[in-house]
Amino acid sequence: MIKGLKKWRLFSLLAVFAVIMAGCGNEEISTFQPAGQVANDQFNLLLLASGIMLLVIVVVVAIFTVALFRFRRSKLGEDHMPEQVEGSHKLELIWTIIPILLLTVLAVPTVYYTYKLGDVKAMEAVDEDGIAENLVVDVTAKLYWWEFEYPELGIVTAQELVVPTDEKVYFNLIAADVKHSFWIPSVGGKLDTNVENVNKFYLSFEKESEGLKDGVFYGKCAELCGPSHALMDFKVKTLPRDQFDSWVADMQETAETPVVANADGEEVFSQSCIGCHAVSGVGESGAQGPNLTSFGDRNRVAGFLKHDEENLKKWIRDTQKYKPGNTMPSFGEDQISEEELDALAEYLLGLKVAK
Amino acid sequence: MSSVAQKSGFGATLWDWITTVDHKKIGILYLLGGLFFFVIGGIEAMIIRLQLMTPNNDLVSAGLFNDLITMHGTTMIFLAAMPILFGFMNAIMPLQIGARDVAFPFINSLGFWMFVFGGLFLNISWLFGEVPDAGWTSYASLSLHSPGHGVDFYAIGLQIAGGGTLMAGINFLVTIINMRAPGMTYMRMPLFTWTTFVASAMILFAFPPLTVGLFFLTFDRMFGGNFFDHTMGGNTIIWEHIFWIFGHPEVYILILPAFGIFSEIFAVFSRKRLFGYTAMVFATVLIGFLGFMVWAHHMFTVGLGPTANAIFAVATMAIAVPTGVKIFNWLLTIWGGSIKVTVPMLYALAFIPSFVMGGVTGVMQGVAPLDYQLHDSYFIVAHFHYVIVGGVVLGIFAAIHYWWPKMFGTMLSEFLGKITFVFFFVGFHMTFLIQHWLGFWGMPRRVWTFMDGQGWNMANMVSTIGALLMAVGFTVMLINIIMTTVKNERVGNDPWGDGRTLEWAIPSPPPFYNFPATPLVRGLDTLWIEKMEGSEEMITPAEPITDIHMPHGSFIPFLMSLGLFIAGFGAMFHQETSWGLGVLIFGLAFTFVSMAARSWRDDLGFYVTKEQIMQDQENIKKENIKRGRN
Repeated sequence: MIKGLKKWRLFSLLAVFAVIMAGCGNEEISTFQPAGQVANDQFNLLLLASGIMLLVIVVVVAIFTVALFRFRRSKLGEDHMPEQVEGSHKLELIWTIIPILLLTVLAVPTVYYTYKLGDVKAMEAVDEDGIAENLVVDVTAKLYWWEFEYPELGIVTAQELVVPTDEKVYFNLIAADVKHSFWIPSVGGKLDTNVENVNKFYLSFEKESEGLKDGVFYGKCAELCGPSHALMDFKVKTLPRDQFDSWVADMQETAETPVVANADGEEVFSQSCIGCHAVSGVGESGAQGPNLTSFGDRNRVAGFLKHDEENLKKWIRDTQKYKPGNTMPSFGEDQISEEELDALAEYLLGLKVAK
Repeated sequence: MSSVAQKSGFGATLWDWITTVDHKKIGILYLLGGLFFFVIGGIEAMIIRLQLMTPNNDLVSAGLFNDLITMHGTTMIFLAAMPILFGFMNAIMPLQIGARDVAFPFINSLGFWMFVFGGLFLNISWLFGEVPDAGWTSYASLSLHSPGHGVDFYAIGLQIAGGGTLMAGINFLVTIINMRAPGMTYMRMPLFTWTTFVASAMILFAFPPLTVGLFFLTFDRMFGGNFFDHTMGGNTIIWEHIFWIFGHPEVYILILPAFGIFSEIFAVFSRKRLFGYTAMVFATVLIGFLGFMVWAHHMFTVGLGPTANAIFAVATMAIAVPTGVKIFNWLLTIWGGSIKVTVPMLYALAFIPSFVMGGVTGVMQGVAPLDYQLHDSYFIVAHFHYVIVGGVVLGIFAAIHYWWPKMFGTMLSEFLGKITFVFFFVGFHMTFLIQHWLGFWGMPRRVWTFMDGQGWNMANMVSTIGALLMAVGFTVMLINIIMTTVKNERVGNDPWGDGRTLEWAIPSPPPFYNFPATPLVRGLDTLWIEKMEGSEEMITPAEPITDIHMPHGSFIPFLMSLGLFIAGFGAMFHQETSWGLGVLIFGLAFTFVSMAARSWRDDLGFYVTKEQIMQDQENIKKENIKRGRN
């Protein structure tokens, strides 16, 4: 009996410990570990709102519990006849006014931050030479993948957003087919990518992604968009400004100096893949399939599969099995033979930009 | 047509139920229909939770998962929660105001059969293997993109069921305005009648936008319309607005009757007048009004701009004030009372902390910039289940136990009721509390599966176990219902002993004409006043007993709804088949000819004679003496 009790205690201790450990979630995706000003503002609002709401819950539960213990019929006797009170204006005024005050405390920062986070005037700002002062990224959401164009820099990439740290990055968001929603939980709240209009907002990335578990932050699609909605992930790599600049320069070079890890693979690629996938980082958004210039640097195949040769080959052979409803056709052995597939995989995994 | 049950064949009984226009029978039909769909929606929920129990699970495919979440939401809101509440409104509200039936018994029946055929239409999609899969919100870009007939079933099925709802709402409004017994002023109406009144008024204004939206969607999908196709000059955001202009009031249409149910239960089982009745009524009306001013808080992330977001954020917070008034008035009702913890009271007591938690997370999401994080994450899933399960479903369960004797004449087992409660309540909090954190940890809603290594595994496992506990609880409730029905131990007028409102002054179940003589109402809690005065009869009649005029049953509502059901298939298949258009026209003609038949033949109803009423009264008295009650 006592032994059982001890075990039970140990178990509950472990459970509490697990809850505390898990309480903050994973750094690369949890809103509890904000990695930028926007997420931080939102986290502070969460603390304020939770505080006020906890206060309300405590008051209600306290009155509730006392009433429940004091006024039970089993205590008062079966024949007890309570006084038939109509109400009390004083009390009712109190519980009208106090909530109004509490909500005012919440409403003021709400309005302030709504305007602060919605401020995108700086997007248009240019310096004396007419060069944009801030980095702008055009995001296009497509059925189960993300395209990122840097219009001022003339480069385009997909599935892995690369941004500099410690500055505001502005986004133009749109969807190409159905509505999606752009969300990087640890960096800031989401904004929908509508089909008919461009939505604008900013985020600021204040933590380098290098030390994270996978070296990236996780991004999600937050609006139901079809069967593979759950698999429409993207990743975010945050770099200090100088590293970001050199990444941009490397991307810009890929137009002239393509990386070819396997010449046979390149041959297969130019026959079967190039209709939809580009391997030059210079360009604009609007492609059929994700730009693969930096494919070898990414950490997922198709946005969610572990990034290795085996998964890459499985994916090419049967795309619908892994991501139902996506628009890439599967390639059987009659289209790409086993040897060709080996070569193609080597070629694709060799597509690296980062030096 | 006597109130004493006569032995009759199965066919005759079935015919009687199909053609009935008696509000109490239609109430029972609504309750049973709603429970049937509640079971279907519940099974869908269980499959959803089993799929999400472990990462990378493949119990169901991605496409099937979207079918399940869409049908779970649609079924639970339109085909389970609303009809069950309509069941209680139908069965109880006319009794509470001292009426013999609703204002339009024929329309009442029509509303019910439209709900049934609409619900069947939606669920027949499972047999076709083409199921609605764009979420219960069916946002336009996705619902237009969705292949097959799935979303067609959604658009037409909801159109038919929604039409029934609109009729029911109008009927309740007219009933409450016109058919109150002498002395039953508005400010003497029981709270459940008040919330029925406000919810019906909300239906009157909220359902037409849904009707319009569904017609647009139907035209876009089946008749080449372009209302939502942006490549042809349409706009998908319009759908979102239309949907939520309906959708937000809809959740108040659900929760207000539940508030009414709890207000009755708190007063009865605390043996005390509802605290602050006037404030409760005005809070209900105010919630009804504000419910129409906040729809865009579902759309904070759509990009409406900071000004719209700020306005709707503040408006949303305002709703917390009347809701808070209600919570504290309930607390003060039990404070100083004599609390008897019966099963209905257990649900009512459990409702307070559960609903407060759902309410405060609602305010948190009203903080627009914070909602950018919470929106469409698991936090919102937790929030709306806390208000809908912690509010509406607990209310429905409470009402099932509370009014079961009035509707069926038997008492559900208190012992089994408590077992149900424990499983359901523990399971409910276990399922949904942890989901708030899943949202904070970055898990989006409506995901078919999730990858390992994102820190979500344990919480999802806990949530699934909780869901199974809820299923166990509900199963016990079904067993309870079956056992009670088989045992068939009849009860008297006021089996709870502390009834305060008029329905407890008449037999359980009441005779089909409800009141032998229309009652005179002399204040709030009519029956309580009589009890305090030591009245023998429990009712002060407003008139001597005379012949009572009652309506005949009718088969026409069934036929009219069937016609719409047939027309629905015609509309759906008219583009790809040669017979589609013909079926569409036939179905609509069928409905209109049935309707015309009703207009051509005058049905003047019939009279229950004074002698028969007196005879019934004698029989009831004898039975009561035999039972040793009264």
